[in-house]
Amino acid sequence: MIKEYSSISNVAGPLLLVEGVGGAKYEELVEIYTRTGEKKRGRVLEVDKDKALVQIFEGSTGIDVKDCRVRFLGKTLNIGVSADMLGRVFDGLGSPKDGGPAIIPEAMLDVNGAPINPTARDYPNEFIQTGISSVDGINTLVRGQKLPVFSGSGLPHNRVAAQIVRQAKVLGKEEEFAVVFGAMGITFEEANFFIQDFTKSGALERVVLFLNLADDPAIERISTPRVAFTVAEYLAFAKGLHILVVLSDMTNYAEALREISAARKEIPGRRGYPGYLYTDLASIYERSGRIKGKKGSITLIPILSMPEDDKTHPIPDLTGYITEGQIILSRPLYRKKISPPVDVQQSLSRLKDKGIGKDKTREDHADLFNQLIACYARGKEAAELAVILGEAALSDLDKIYLKFATEYEERYISQGEYEDRTIEQTLDLGWELLRMVPRNEMKRVRDEYLKKYYDTKQANRNE
Amino acid sequence: MRKGEITKVSGPLVVAKGMTGSKMYDVVRVSEERLVGEIVGLAGDLASIQVYEDTSGIGPGEPVFMTDEPLFVELGPGLIESIFDGIQRPLDIIKESSGDYITRGIEVPALERNKKWHFKPLVKAGTEVGPGDILGQVQETSLVVHKILVPPGAGGKIRDIKEGEFLVTDVICALENNKQKHDLTMMHRWPVRIPRDYRERLAPSLTLSTGQRVIDTFFPIAKGGTACCPGPFGSGKTVIQHQLAKWADAEIIVYIGCGERGNEMTDVLLEFPELKDPRSGEPLMKRTVLIANTSNMPVAAREASVYTGITIAEYFRDMGYSVAVMADSTSRWAEAMREISGRLEEMPGEEGYPAYLAARVSSFYERAGRVKTLGRPEREGALSVVGAVSPPGGDLSDPVVQATLRVVKVFWSLEDKLAYQRHFPAISWLNSYSLYLDDVADDMNKMTAKGFTELSREAMKLLEQEAELQEIVRLIGVDALSPEDRLILEGARSIREDFLHQNAFHEIDTYASLKKQYEMLSVCMFNYNMAREALKRGAAFDDIVKMDIRNKIARMKYLEESKLDAIVALKDQLSKEFDHLIKQETGVGEAGKRGTGETAKTGDLEKRSEK
Repeated sequence: MIKEYSSISNVAGPLLLVEGVGGAKYEELVEIYTRTGEKKRGRVLEVDKDKALVQIFEGSTGIDVKDCRVRFLGKTLNIGVSADMLGRVFDGLGSPKDGGPAIIPEAMLDVNGAPINPTARDYPNEFIQTGISSVDGINTLVRGQKLPVFSGSGLPHNRVAAQIVRQAKVLGKEEEFAVVFGAMGITFEEANFFIQDFTKSGALERVVLFLNLADDPAIERISTPRVAFTVAEYLAFAKGLHILVVLSDMTNYAEALREISAARKEIPGRRGYPGYLYTDLASIYERSGRIKGKKGSITLIPILSMPEDDKTHPIPDLTGYITEGQIILSRPLYRKKISPPVDVQQSLSRLKDKGIGKDKTREDHADLFNQLIACYARGKEAAELAVILGEAALSDLDKIYLKFATEYEERYISQGEYEDRTIEQTLDLGWELLRMVPRNEMKRVRDEYLKKYYDTKQANRNE
Repeated sequence: MRKGEITKVSGPLVVAKGMTGSKMYDVVRVSEERLVGEIVGLAGDLASIQVYEDTSGIGPGEPVFMTDEPLFVELGPGLIESIFDGIQRPLDIIKESSGDYITRGIEVPALERNKKWHFKPLVKAGTEVGPGDILGQVQETSLVVHKILVPPGAGGKIRDIKEGEFLVTDVICALENNKQKHDLTMMHRWPVRIPRDYRERLAPSLTLSTGQRVIDTFFPIAKGGTACCPGPFGSGKTVIQHQLAKWADAEIIVYIGCGERGNEMTDVLLEFPELKDPRSGEPLMKRTVLIANTSNMPVAAREASVYTGITIAEYFRDMGYSVAVMADSTSRWAEAMREISGRLEEMPGEEGYPAYLAARVSSFYERAGRVKTLGRPEREGALSVVGAVSPPGGDLSDPVVQATLRVVKVFWSLEDKLAYQRHFPAISWLNSYSLYLDDVADDMNKMTAKGFTELSREAMKLLEQEAELQEIVRLIGVDALSPEDRLILEGARSIREDFLHQNAFHEIDTYASLKKQYEMLSVCMFNYNMAREALKRGAAFDDIVKMDIRNKIARMKYLEESKLDAIVALKDQLSKEFDHLIKQETGVGEAGKRGTGETAKTGDLEKRSEK
């Protein structure tokens, strides 16, 4: 039974209070018809006796208290999904935006999804080769992982994400990744960059785009990642595809959430963000993963810009607590023309240990990256010391480490945007660099690997 | 069944009218979907209810059914090896019944009802029994003998008790009390928010060894003790919790995944059955109970999950076991409280947290302890609690951290700075503390060797001296230090790298027995003392730090537990090499000169690397 009311009593920001409503449900979907006949959509945030608080996705422009009609649809926000969505462009709520025909749904799914039962999950452990050394070698991505890119304004996070999308593959498997891209509040130029890049690499056929651009209603953004994930879940677990979900930019999403929270006069948490920001972000991020007995998987790469490059800002902070690691881009590195400017010390992939090693990448991988990081850390310290005391004051060994750190940044971290390194190349490059440092400093590497990789290759090289 | 009517729905909070007669913390069933909820506020005939499941599609006018009971857990055989959600619903059974996703309104009993257990009575008919007395036992897993206790409040003379295969709901024993007959099953229920009774609290004096060197040697936790590990993301909280769950010397582990990642629980589920307990050789899963309320599961159930976990732990404690509870992370629990409190429109305290945050936190940790349990035969049980805290931005002034630090006795401070250097476990040796050091000293020395605590104190002193010297080095460079001071830096570096640094993913290094820890530390300190002696007798600093045997010291952590002799033997080798060195150096006669100045450079590197 569909009920319609024209008893709006209050409009504040994106919120609408409807009175005299009978039988409204929490999270129920609502349609609002303005005087001009324009249709807007919303959802119920709270019901108190006969009063329903409605959040309008498209913003409250054009809504008046007198003539507007509100229709309660008696269902939660559903979206029709289909495998035909690949290669199409949609708005932030899932309506076609590319002028193409409407989607004939194969299934109607609730955009909020449901939590995956932890016992049904399968542990992500398949190595994804992205062709970027600082990711593959140090912060290895695996299928089913959620690995955000923490960036700042002016840093090339879009290029890094595009390169990952372009080059990601699982070794020994032919299946390609399909991409679900959710844009939240990014500019046309940024969105266009991705579309161009997908077109160039011929990937557009395997991409579903959800675009909520900077000038689209901010509140719509709250649904965009959920819609994107609903489609991703369908493609992954019903259709058996391997999905890479890219969400950009989560900061805009969180700000939209803050706007709602402020309009509801909720007690703010840190920096005005609502206290449930963690739970809310988790309900998005946790939808990625693998499920036992299902062929497909969802790997998530959310991009977020850290205000003032501050890692302790609530958005990156809470994201870091939910995701399985983070790739942090560094401004000082970028200034040095190191690109992609991945801060390998602060970046982390929590799932790498199960995705690397024998039969996955190579037996020496774990020891090698521990040693590389240790040496690089030491080199960075030598660099700091050199700033204070002058390079002349460094010991011989410190000078070696300093040189190592520089080379490491210039040759290992830095690479071309279209340079696709295999994991062997990445690992061998690591050993090549390590050979700058004396052998007795290799404390984190097992002797057998030292013999096999540090010693032998050196002999070859000296020929 | 009496029922009320919903008047308001706001996220996980539902308000219902017509609820007269219900009590605080009574469980209710919300709407026809029968979602589980708990009453958290009463005003007139209105009740505020926190709902443990997603409330989408629920609205005013729908019924609320009263059960007039608080939130219970079921206690009996079948707990071990299970994975439950925050309100003790078995997730594996839910998966069988409703698929890969958790849907709403599922009613499944916590304990498997169709499984038969072999019950063996330990008392005879005719015996008088009271609460907590052991009636008999069930071999639940190869590691756990499940003692069947007389439930709290029951007692009397045993009329009949039988051995055999029973379901948890079958009557195994009949009691008679003032002519009243009382049947007992293997299972009983207990409200989660009420601590279980015991006879007497005991002071903590036994070590809970964890196999983690930095913890056992420097910041030990006692059996029945409390600890917390706050740290920013990426500092290794969860790895430490997992390591403790794997290697802690407890008979039962209850692991509460409270608002954390789903994959972490999967990791435990997949890994624990594979890992072997170092003491018994049996799979670790055979002593583990898992509570999983991941971050995307309903927020209110997160609030309940820590209580569910600790109540199960108390139950095993009452059997006379040493139980360890890992709660990862208590911050999520506090946030769940904050969210409910906000929806109740309570006046907030610090950072929006409710004013009762500290009281809740402290009463949770206070449920830990070493106790003499109720009942006969007389026995001791211990319940240790280790809570992870995830302060925003790693800021320790966070209200949850502060409330926790006021009650816990052990503080493992995780630092991202150490994590960036890949020094794991990233527990800061300067900021952490353990108030059990003196309590467990005797026990520790008994388990290892006489001078263990003494040795660890010396090592800690060295680390503290290092920190002071670092300050100087940073200002004026390492050359300004005397060779003796540089040796301190060397000694401390060896403790840090060769002893404290421990690789959780290395098959051998992941666990070190107390014995091994003692031998390793004693080699490090022996090396340092020999070096100091050598320096005094004229050996050159440069030559000391270049000694080859240092490589062997660095690799002793990878020696198996069965090869501890090889570590002990290092001392002899050290003596010999130092003798040799001193002879050589003093023979040449230029040792004094070479000890300082430019040749001593290699030492500097080490100190700088710490910063």
